[in-house]
Amino acid sequence: MDTTHKFITMFEAIGLFVAVVGVILFLASRFSGRKGDRIVALAFLLPTVLLISVGLVYPGLKTIYQSFYNAAGDAFIGFDNYSTIFGDSDQRTVLRNTVLWVVITPFIATAVGLLYAILVDKARVEALAKALIFLPMAISFVGAGIIWKFVYAFRPDQPGIEQIGLLNQILMWFGMAPKQFLIDTPLNTIFLIVVMIWIQAGFAMTVLSAAIKAIPEDIVEAARLDGVRAWGMFRYVTVPSIRPALIVVLTTIGIGTLKVFDIVRTMTGGNFDTSVVANEFYSQSFRSGNQGLGAALATLLFILVVPIVAYNVRQLRSSDER
Amino acid sequence: MSSTTGDAVLPTTSTPSIAVIETAGKKARKRLTSPWASLIAVVLAVLWTAPTFGLLITSFRPRADIDGTGWWHFFTKPTFTLDNYREALSSGSGGLGTNFINSIIITIPAVLIPISLAALAAYAFAWIEFKGRNLLFVCVFALQIVPIQVTLIPLLSLYVDAGLNGTFWTIWLSHTMFGLPLAIFLLHNFMKEIPRELIEAARMDGAGHVQIFFKVLMPLLTPALAAFGIFQFLWVWNDLLVALTFAGGTPELAPLTVSLANLSGTQGNAWHLLSAGAFISIAIPMVVFLSLQRFFVRGLLAGGLKG
Repeated sequence: MDTTHKFITMFEAIGLFVAVVGVILFLASRFSGRKGDRIVALAFLLPTVLLISVGLVYPGLKTIYQSFYNAAGDAFIGFDNYSTIFGDSDQRTVLRNTVLWVVITPFIATAVGLLYAILVDKARVEALAKALIFLPMAISFVGAGIIWKFVYAFRPDQPGIEQIGLLNQILMWFGMAPKQFLIDTPLNTIFLIVVMIWIQAGFAMTVLSAAIKAIPEDIVEAARLDGVRAWGMFRYVTVPSIRPALIVVLTTIGIGTLKVFDIVRTMTGGNFDTSVVANEFYSQSFRSGNQGLGAALATLLFILVVPIVAYNVRQLRSSDER
Repeated sequence: MSSTTGDAVLPTTSTPSIAVIETAGKKARKRLTSPWASLIAVVLAVLWTAPTFGLLITSFRPRADIDGTGWWHFFTKPTFTLDNYREALSSGSGGLGTNFINSIIITIPAVLIPISLAALAAYAFAWIEFKGRNLLFVCVFALQIVPIQVTLIPLLSLYVDAGLNGTFWTIWLSHTMFGLPLAIFLLHNFMKEIPRELIEAARMDGAGHVQIFFKVLMPLLTPALAAFGIFQFLWVWNDLLVALTFAGGTPELAPLTVSLANLSGTQGNAWHLLSAGAFISIAIPMVVFLSLQRFFVRGLLAGGLKG
């Protein structure tokens, strides 16, 4: 398929879609008044409900079902795939790594985002300063993976060979030997996590900065008149005021981190004991051809997301009531 | 990013008096003069910028220099070339030119289709009374948490059965399905903020839902549509998993992310190709992001803080 042909296909697709929406709108416009409401609602919702049922609900249920079947998907094996996940030593490494990712990333990214939001708040160059931290959010995980792989690049410590990775060069400047950051376990997982923190801190900073700016000025003034110093201000005014935003940021980053796949795949391919659940799902499903285990890993991701979301919803409810 | 973006979400209860503004100004000056705070901020900013900056410089250095010396040598011995970009884009070794086109072909419909469908659905949820409305809305809202991993394999066999495998349709449809719940949720939030009287008045004048949708709501919704549009654009353009699943076996359809990830795996030390390739994939989202940042921030806050 050449480029022209591809663009023609694309415009055909858009044309087809516009025609479908046009028909829906035309049909809907023929019914007016309160009586036609149900028909209009049906017409507006039908494409969405169809797509979501076919694309999310059915496949989700099917995957949960598949997770109780063997590698080829033709024999029922009960919870065997799940005992593999928790019993097999490779899979246990995957779980350990996933726990490390989900515990470390949200807290560090949020802490950095919060610190930076406070530091640059009302500074003269605030917009520019924020854009610098914010920019990694526009970069794909694949792009970020390549950027950081270059930071971690390793050259053997021999005369005539210079380091081209920034981090190893810094080690050399301090008189230390260069390290294989992405190969030496278990620290390599931490060096991958750094990439996710780098991406997510901008998100945390943006949301928290907006929350900080929404703290009523009179509360801050009152605390100041009471002689509250910088640390006290942070501890007793800022943090309690932005608590709901903090929870949203922590949980959102937590969920995003749980599903992290691109970074691991681009930087190590899941080798050297760096795999995580989302990457292992891909390897098992598409590389090793173990459908059942892949489905069980995907289901596990789903199960792990639920309590985080539930906590988030409960916290937001209780803060609304206050 | 001004303070107004924050006010839009969590309105401040007090109107600051002139005296308060003055003290705020004094405080700002005081903060700026705190040397430790400024130092930490600068260190963080440098830490966050240096990795990208280093690779950007690298992408413009000749191959021999990239492999021989670190990018920081650029400042003492500047060398400049566009060869890396030429090689990455040419069909020979990199071949990213085709992938760049594919990324565009994938992204445009995958942004337009879910936005339009979600706008219709969000309107129905916000402004049409019908039985089971709340239940259905809660279901759609809840589906946001389904990880796409759960859906990929059954979806792939559905596409194979439907004869769609090996076409762009698999990717367009998948991104549409995955994007709809968040899109509906965001647009519904924005639509609910439009005063009821405005809709009621239009209905009194005999306007139908379609007319209200286009004449009353659309003009007011532009920022919301832009906000979600940027979200979806960044998500689709930067996506690896969906593209890998549905186009991984068909190089003809593969977007930039897929071939970059492959390049990183097979030629992990070809930094002249990787650096140029990375910036070919980063350039467009970066421009979109910086020019439409205002809308993006607003969408972010509406999506996050109202959950």
